[in-house]
Amino acid sequence: MVAQPLSKDPQPAASSTRPVYEIERLSKTYARNKLVALDNVNLTIQKGEFVSVIGSSGCGKSTLLKIMAGLMPPTTGRVVLEGRPVVGSRPDIGMMFQQATLLPWKTTIENILMPVEIREGRKAAKEATTRAMDLLQLVGLGDFANVYPGELSGGMAQRASICRMLVSDPAMLLLDEPFSALDELTRDFMNMELQRICTERNATAFLVTHSLAEAVILSDRILVMRARPGHIVEDVRIDLPRPRTLEMINTPLFGEIVAHIRDLLGKEAHE
Amino acid sequence: MTDAPNAATMTTGADTVWVEHEAFIDRIPRWVAMTLLFVFVVGLWDLVTRMRWVSAIILPTPGETLADLIFVGQNLIAGGYMLEALWTTTLTVFYGFLIAVAIGFSLGLLVGETKFGERAVMPYLVAIDTMPKVAFAPLFIAWLGFDISSKVALAAFIATFPIVVATAAGLYAASENERMLFKSIGASRMQTLIRLKLPTGLPYIFTGLKIASVGVMAGAITGEFLGGGKGFGALIRQSASQLDTPRVFALILYLSLLGLLLYFTVVWAQRRFVFWNKSDRPGGAA
Repeated sequence: MVAQPLSKDPQPAASSTRPVYEIERLSKTYARNKLVALDNVNLTIQKGEFVSVIGSSGCGKSTLLKIMAGLMPPTTGRVVLEGRPVVGSRPDIGMMFQQATLLPWKTTIENILMPVEIREGRKAAKEATTRAMDLLQLVGLGDFANVYPGELSGGMAQRASICRMLVSDPAMLLLDEPFSALDELTRDFMNMELQRICTERNATAFLVTHSLAEAVILSDRILVMRARPGHIVEDVRIDLPRPRTLEMINTPLFGEIVAHIRDLLGKEAHE
Repeated sequence: MTDAPNAATMTTGADTVWVEHEAFIDRIPRWVAMTLLFVFVVGLWDLVTRMRWVSAIILPTPGETLADLIFVGQNLIAGGYMLEALWTTTLTVFYGFLIAVAIGFSLGLLVGETKFGERAVMPYLVAIDTMPKVAFAPLFIAWLGFDISSKVALAAFIATFPIVVATAAGLYAASENERMLFKSIGASRMQTLIRLKLPTGLPYIFTGLKIASVGVMAGAITGEFLGGGKGFGALIRQSASQLDTPRVFALILYLSLLGLLLYFTVVWAQRRFVFWNKSDRPGGAA
């Protein structure tokens, strides 16, 4: 591992190379239909890194994410986050789903505080209100704190769910196709927002996506997965400079990377 | 509408405002429509009885019915024996509904929240639910006697099942993502139930309560038909056996007020507690 900090703002050298997530020999077999969802997956994610996984439906990427989140036990292998094994849900993991999943009977701010309330009680949630308000400002929803989710647009709801994910200051962000239900313009915008938030907080993120362009524009590395059994075929490093912009989509390098990954994915389709 | 050709309109840049045509039947305001329909039905009823197309014993005239409505109304206001009967039936319906809610909700929780309930309890509930529940009336009378309790039992028995089914369905209604979210933030089973599954299921539960509020009336009256006693059902049966059809009609109309009261109490509670469910917001009267 070469410590090669880019010309970003100076960070402690240790934090830029420290592994946050370590996954070894991970496999998952669904006993009922003897389906091997994951086969010998090995993966290390460094602090501050943005890693995406891409693959066709049923390649095991959702299973991988659930195991990483501690929502599902693996059949074999080990998952370690910040030096501690993941056996069940963890407060230092923040998750985001395809739908915003805001509770319609709670206001935006109540929704954002909900994880704190569930973990630490009502009092702790009250104390976290200022932090939650700052987060809402960060994503430009400052004026919508006391509004019910029914009055938010799809993009606004997903921004609120970003806040809910960040409120407990997680070490790891797990993103399960978070913007795939949004229209393309909103999606581009949200991707840039996500990048900005991740950079500001030096967040470590793991994104499951169907979209090649989204994966390339956001990631430092892309894991290309194939099904039957689910395994990683290639770990593609994305050498586009940061911060990324939407204009980069039109550069030759971007095109090359997309073509390469499409090729890796396409082979499976024809097999 | 102008007679000017399109080209002229375009060159002058005038607004192209036009009115979408709406058929007459869609334009009638609610109160006019309701009045029209009422007048039509009563008019038809009057015609049919006036022309003696139907025997007076089978169908009284609107006038006779109105006279009886007034008579029964006077008796109710004066606090006569009919008010006593109505009060008996009201109590029967009230207790029956309370018991049905308590048992139905508990069983619904068991079925919707535990695998045991889903696997073991639900099949038996479905089996009992498919039986004609009114047929149990003689059993309830044999067990509980001819007073109010046997009627309460039948009313509760009929009203329980829709609440069980609705509660269980409501608990299943939370989406996979919402469950995952709660799991990922480390919510306990109880927290997930109270903060996610129950609120998500409330619209379903209220639908069950509405069905139950109709069922509990049917159960109470059936019980009074079969088991006698002092309720409104017994009055109706008595009037019917005397071929006093106008009285039967009048009694049924007053009885329907009790049903409506219960039903709209549930509707009111739903609007109060499920305020986020836009599909059921007030606006169009229920």
